[in-house]
Amino acid sequence: MLLMSIDWSFIIEKLILISVILGASLGVATYATWGERKVAAWMQDRKGPSRAGPFGLLQPIADGIKLFFKEEIIPNDANRFLFILGPSLAMLTACMASAVVPWGPSIELESGRVIALQVADINIGILYVFGVVSVGVYGIMLGGWASNNKYSLMGSVRAASQAISYELAMGISLIALLMMTGTLSLAEIVNQQHGFWENGWFTWNVAKQPLGFIIFLVCAFAELNRAPFDLPEAESELVAGYHTEYSSMKLGFYLFAEYVNLFISSAILITLFFGGYNFPFMDQVAGNVSPVVFSIICVLVLLTKTIMMILFFMFIRWTIPRFRYDQLMNLGWKSLIPLALVNMLITGAIIIWVLN
Amino acid sequence: MQELTNKRVAVDRKPMTFMERLYIPTIIKGLFITVGHIFKKPATISYPEQQRPFSPVFRGLHILNRDEQGRERCTACGLCALSCPAEAITMEAAERTKGEEHLYREEKYAAKYEINMLRCIFCGLCEEACPKDAIYLSETVAQANYSRKSFIYNKEDLLIPNPNETH
Repeated sequence: MLLMSIDWSFIIEKLILISVILGASLGVATYATWGERKVAAWMQDRKGPSRAGPFGLLQPIADGIKLFFKEEIIPNDANRFLFILGPSLAMLTACMASAVVPWGPSIELESGRVIALQVADINIGILYVFGVVSVGVYGIMLGGWASNNKYSLMGSVRAASQAISYELAMGISLIALLMMTGTLSLAEIVNQQHGFWENGWFTWNVAKQPLGFIIFLVCAFAELNRAPFDLPEAESELVAGYHTEYSSMKLGFYLFAEYVNLFISSAILITLFFGGYNFPFMDQVAGNVSPVVFSIICVLVLLTKTIMMILFFMFIRWTIPRFRYDQLMNLGWKSLIPLALVNMLITGAIIIWVLN
Repeated sequence: MQELTNKRVAVDRKPMTFMERLYIPTIIKGLFITVGHIFKKPATISYPEQQRPFSPVFRGLHILNRDEQGRERCTACGLCALSCPAEAITMEAAERTKGEEHLYREEKYAAKYEINMLRCIFCGLCEEACPKDAIYLSETVAQANYSRKSFIYNKEDLLIPNPNETH
């Protein structure tokens, strides 16, 4: 009787969705490494990977195979358990954040069954993302600490302090957004950004919260440990920072988790500020095609926007030099947090005196 | 004092203005430069498929020449070895016997002729010294190899193929 009471089709539906999303985010992350090398090469008037397959498209696979076959080294003085836990945690949290991103509108089948293109529509979606992302820092911290290497330790200390400083500004900038939307659920936030233009103003949150968006974007760079804030792994100062002692697939996990994070963060940024899967004239399109096709179009729109965001992250990385550590802290504590607070105050004032 | 060049620029130590401290306009300016480079032609030459043309005076690996009838021109006079500033060339002479007229042009020939490509500085003095037009510097470069011994090129490596012999 217990087995009968479980909605098996629901579980199967979610399992398929989870594997597709996991596969897609891993696939996008794989090719983000290729894209990054290509973008870097083009910006420096080079060609980038071009030998493995057409346009070097097999390069990420070759890199992956290489990492798998490398010798696995655990230093004698390292804490073995934490040393292995570090990259696992980094990878795990990177993949976990994708659970609450709404990838497209729900599909209503003829049988009346509604398939949501979101693994879990929890009503505290944003908080969940923040929680998972902050746990991701532990992966870096544990890995750097367990390596028993001064460079790794420096890298992980930097990662921890950087994450703490920038999470504050990120959270406060988001509070202003949440005051406008009035909900923490990502699905609800996307629904509020329906279409592109309504009542004489853009529906996308970036037009309602431009300052909040810029603060959030800068903090996202810091959270992702990407240039110009890639201090935890600053090659020119700390050898390779927190993953100095890592080799083989454990190193691969760290590098890969960074790109999975990049993809998920871009997707969340798009969801929060650029309307998620919404696009201009979507109501006209929805009226002309079947619901399944419409959902696929929406998913593709979200993916396109996400890839544009990833490209933007890459352009920035290859344009701006790395911040010095004190500059990073100055920017975080003396500029971004006050700005975010002011943004929150202005938003509150507008909501009380203008919108009401 | 008179300036030697007009390139001197005074370092600007003024504190940054508010617009400069915003960083964002400067970042956008920088982005325009880097993104602009994406659309430029890469400077890369994909080496094995594409090759740069050599200069007309390029001096590469040596070849030992033959005459029109396919006979070796070298008479082992030793002038190339004498002229060589790196002392890379060594040879042993031998006398042509009856029946070998189709092989060697003169009565004396080089039985052994070796150039150490690791010593050679590719100056081309051997080419200039040769009275018989027997040695020339070609447009190829020495292949990489694992042993020093393999860089000592002997006569078989240096001689150009006989045009009259059919393989």
